[in-house]
Formats: sequence, structure tokens, C-alpha cells
Amino acid sequence: MVYITRIEHFNAAHKLYNPNWSKAENEQVFGKCANENWHGHNFELHVTIKGQPSNETGFVFDVKKLSIIVKEHVIDLLDHKNLNLDVPFMNGKICSIENLVKGIWHQLAPQLPSEVTLHSLKLYETPRIYVEYYGE
Amino acid sequence: MSQKVAVYRKEHFNAAHRLHNPAWDESTNRQVFGKCNNPHYHGHNYELIVKISGVPEPQTGYVMDMKILSELIQREVIEKFDHRNLNEDCKEFEQLNPTAENIAIVIYNLLRPHIESSLDVQIRLYETERNFVEYPIH
Repeated sequence: MVYITRIEHFNAAHKLYNPNWSKAENEQVFGKCANENWHGHNFELHVTIKGQPSNETGFVFDVKKLSIIVKEHVIDLLDHKNLNLDVPFMNGKICSIENLVKGIWHQLAPQLPSEVTLHSLKLYETPRIYVEYYGE
Repeated sequence: MSQKVAVYRKEHFNAAHRLHNPAWDESTNRQVFGKCNNPHYHGHNYELIVKISGVPEPQTGYVMDMKILSELIQREVIEKFDHRNLNEDCKEFEQLNPTAENIAIVIYNLLRPHIESSLDVQIRLYETERNFVEYPIH
């Protein structure tokens, strides 16, 4: 089994905010991430798929095609957007990277051809903070 | 040969912004600034490198005490811009489009008065890993 990863990036605004809580409670839990007027990040997304290399091409899957699928179904929805306001699949969810990576998985997995197995997503919010998701 | 040495301090801040010229209509703004004009903002992890050049002071061997430089950048820049919306929360950009170019000029002007005049100051600001600006140009 070979694992192959494509890295994409997007820049977006968000805030961490639970609408069921008061402003003070939000500030206490989420600190400066709760700023009502948003803040933002350069996000980096690592998409890892797995499989046996084809005898014909030597590829697990053509990563250029993978890139086009990720761009069309994920990056175009997120890049230069406000994650809380502009992204349908994050509607009603708290825009943490934990929830975002799960949202991306459910957005992306159905778009991949049946011969491709999505193994993991790694999502960086800053160079020092990232999450991983394996679809579990 | 010049005895000048350059020292550098790296800091970072995360902020939202949008590029918008209020003198133009919506479609002109969208045409010029593209997706950076999104009315709901977008954001970046900005990386800031402050370069200080001068002759090391004989008593300490320092061009500038890096701890003092770090605290100065924290106080004058990071506390103002980190986890903020540059357009909405920062008075420096009330009348100024927060492009990387303008942010670098603003940061220089915030820091320069607090640094000895015998020392040169230069700002390098990364908006993304691939886009960065420098000010002033020597």
C-alpha cells in the first residue's frame, strides 16, 4: 500500500463563537479567537489517499486529478472566504479546525472516484497548530 | 570596511482583512481586488521580520537588545493587530487599504520612533509564504 499526499492552501477569516453563550462566556472560553469582527489564517490542507500503484501508470492516482477535485470541491468554497458566513457546509457549526477538517472530509470523500481511498486529512491553521482526521 | 551588523527579530500575528477602495463602486473593487474584496473578509497568518542595522555598542556587543526589540514589537504591533480585523478594529487602517505594502509602512512608522536614530530599521512582512514585502528600500 502506498500513501500519496497533495498539499493545497487557502486563506480565510473566521471566529470561534458559540451563539448559545453570552459575549462574556465566549470571550472567556475562546479568548481573542472570539473577536466579533473576525481574524484570519493561511490554512494548509494535506490530502492523503492510499492504494496500490497501477501497473499501467505507476500511479496510486493521478495527483494532478486529485488536485483538481480538491480545488473544485473544497478550496474554491473556502479560499478568501469567511468560514462562519460564506461556507454552506459549516453552517450552524463552530468554525474550529476540528470541525472544519470533518466538514472538508464529508465534502471531499463523495467526490473522489471509487478506486481512490481517502486515508487522512491534515489541516494546518498556523505553522504551529494542526489537526488530523481519518474519517472515524 | 563598515562595522555595521544587521540583527533580525521574527514575530507573527493572525488577522482578517479585505482590500477595498471606498472611492470606487462595487464592481470596480471586485475587478481590481478580485477575491481579496470579499465583503465578509478573509485572513492570513502574517509573519513579520524586523531588521535593525548598526554598529555593535562596545560595552554590550549588541546592535540592540533583542529582548527590548521583541517587547517593543509586541506592544506596538502584535497587541494591535493579532486576532483583529485590520479594516474594522485598527485605527491605522480607517483611511488606508490594508495591503501588505501599507501594513509594512504602518509597522515601520509604529516602531521607528522607539528605536535609536543611529540604527536603521527595515520591515519584511509575509502575507503568505509566497507573498512578502519590504519597507523601506535601501
